[in-house]
Amino acid sequence: MAAESTTLLAAEGIGKRFGGVQALSEVGFTIRRGEIYGLIGPNGAGKTTLFNVLTGIYAPDGGSFTFDGRPLMGLKPNEVAARGIARTFQNIRLFGNLSALENVMVGRHVRTRTGVWGAISRHRRARDEEAGIQRRAVDLLEYVGVAPRAMDLAKNLPYGFQRRLEIARALATDPKLLALDEPAAGMNATETASLEALLHNIRRDGTTILLIEHDMKLVMGVCDRVLVLDYGRRIAEGPAAAVQKDPAVISAYLGGDVSLNLKGA
Amino acid sequence: MLQLVDVKGRPALAFAGLVIVAVALAVLPFVLTGIGTFWVRITNLAILYCLLALGLNIVVGFAGLLDLGYIAFYAVGAYVYAMLASPHFGLHLPFWIILPIGAAVACVFGVLLGAPTLKLRGDYLAIVTLGFGEIIRIFLNNLSQPINITSGPQGIARIDPFRIGTFDFSRTSSILGLTFTGPMKYYYLLLVVLLVVIAINLRLQDSRIGRAWEAIREDEVAARAMGINTRNMKLLAFAMGASFGGISGGMFSAIQGFISPESFILVESIMVLSMVVLGGMGNVWGVVIGAVLLSFAPELLREWVGPVQQAVFGRTLLDPEVIRMLLFGLALVLMMLFRPAGILPSALRKRELETRRTAG
Repeated sequence: MAAESTTLLAAEGIGKRFGGVQALSEVGFTIRRGEIYGLIGPNGAGKTTLFNVLTGIYAPDGGSFTFDGRPLMGLKPNEVAARGIARTFQNIRLFGNLSALENVMVGRHVRTRTGVWGAISRHRRARDEEAGIQRRAVDLLEYVGVAPRAMDLAKNLPYGFQRRLEIARALATDPKLLALDEPAAGMNATETASLEALLHNIRRDGTTILLIEHDMKLVMGVCDRVLVLDYGRRIAEGPAAAVQKDPAVISAYLGGDVSLNLKGA
Repeated sequence: MLQLVDVKGRPALAFAGLVIVAVALAVLPFVLTGIGTFWVRITNLAILYCLLALGLNIVVGFAGLLDLGYIAFYAVGAYVYAMLASPHFGLHLPFWIILPIGAAVACVFGVLLGAPTLKLRGDYLAIVTLGFGEIIRIFLNNLSQPINITSGPQGIARIDPFRIGTFDFSRTSSILGLTFTGPMKYYYLLLVVLLVVIAINLRLQDSRIGRAWEAIREDEVAARAMGINTRNMKLLAFAMGASFGGISGGMFSAIQGFISPESFILVESIMVLSMVVLGGMGNVWGVVIGAVLLSFAPELLREWVGPVQQAVFGRTLLDPEVIRMLLFGLALVLMMLFRPAGILPSALRKRELETRRTAG
């Protein structure tokens, strides 16, 4: 393996068009190893589209991603996961009729190998691997605080637990980059505070995080740097505090020229 | 083993239960022969349906792919056996060679069906698989010209029974002073195969492969994002389901001694699917119970409908054949109203956990 550079993910000139809508145009950014990188913007700015392009759900019309020193283009979602990018979804997508534990165990799929013969014969290596999968899943459930409900069906868990379970499932794939799509959506202040602590822990334990979030308090609290999108374009990037004061960002969030609008109103 | 009774921590009870079930299954054909050999044959067919339902359960119950043409794989297995062990081509290969061939051919057909339907789900997949089932049947019906391959609607007759050396499964023989008729011998063979298939199903479900299938069933997009190669996993489900269908078909061929396309009509596919759904999709024991119930119910109704009417009204008001299907349909509707998830719904698998019960 080549010497690790400080850049984990580099995106260049990413574009994506849906019919007449230019969802992303010429978006570029770099994420450094070990940072929490925020992705913000008004609704419809193209944040989730960028996630979907990155994780292989959509093919971009142009541009390129370089992940961990190698190009990351034309890969299927499962291959992207194998390369080390795990994600969560804006509208939670758990395996509802599996237990919380099994949800996390599914996350280990990509790092394990037992095939049909191993599953049927349960030879020693398959048994060892299965035990390892379960041990790791239990550890991760404890890590995110869902262990007390490990045997509940995912669909029966409270909302905050479901969000955390999705993070545990993503972590089970041993990602280098954890991409979270609005993990705090619908959470109350207490839940958000504990999520913030969890994000700090994940980063401390060596996983880089890409975070889409609308909760500005959370973004300001955890993100090292922030990228702001509006109408599919990059309008600002930099440390969270600086971006917050950027006139382009303020106008994007409040609509048009702020002072003009105020006069008009 | 069965989750119906909590036997955890009571191994003696579990063992006793197992012995009772084993003895009951062992003496069952003797009891049934007492009532009529006919019932042993019905039981054998019921076990064949169990095998089919368990195969379909992999596709529908585990991977969540609605397959309405499953009987096609049964047909493929049956015809492979019939063509390789009958006077039709003059081939008489032993069954332990043909059954794996039948399974392999059915497996290829499973992949052939699976590959073009990878992107389809739900209703659309159901329509394509339904069409596939019909195509196979129509082929079997028409492949008698220009070269006679399947013998068309006349079917293939005088198919060899299972034979090991001089031991013939279709003949009556006496072992240790007990008389074993042909159907009884097949019963024990089928029972062994059924137990093996049940074990395979249970082990597959509770494994990395089974979890991947269930993840695809629950949410395909999320499953892919978690690194599951959904294409390969779906093809694997189709292939395994089809192989089980092929093996069952081969055994059906040998037991019946005669097959024709008539045996592989759409209603049969729907019947097997009903067994899976009624028993409880994804629950292996539920599927077995569903298959046994739906195999025996029509026969029992056939036996009882006439006499019951005689006793109540003094004469037969409704033809048994008519009312039989009516009652059968009514039972299915009631079942779906009151237990929509099946007789034994897919249960949460309990696991031994060494979780430290951390607070919060």
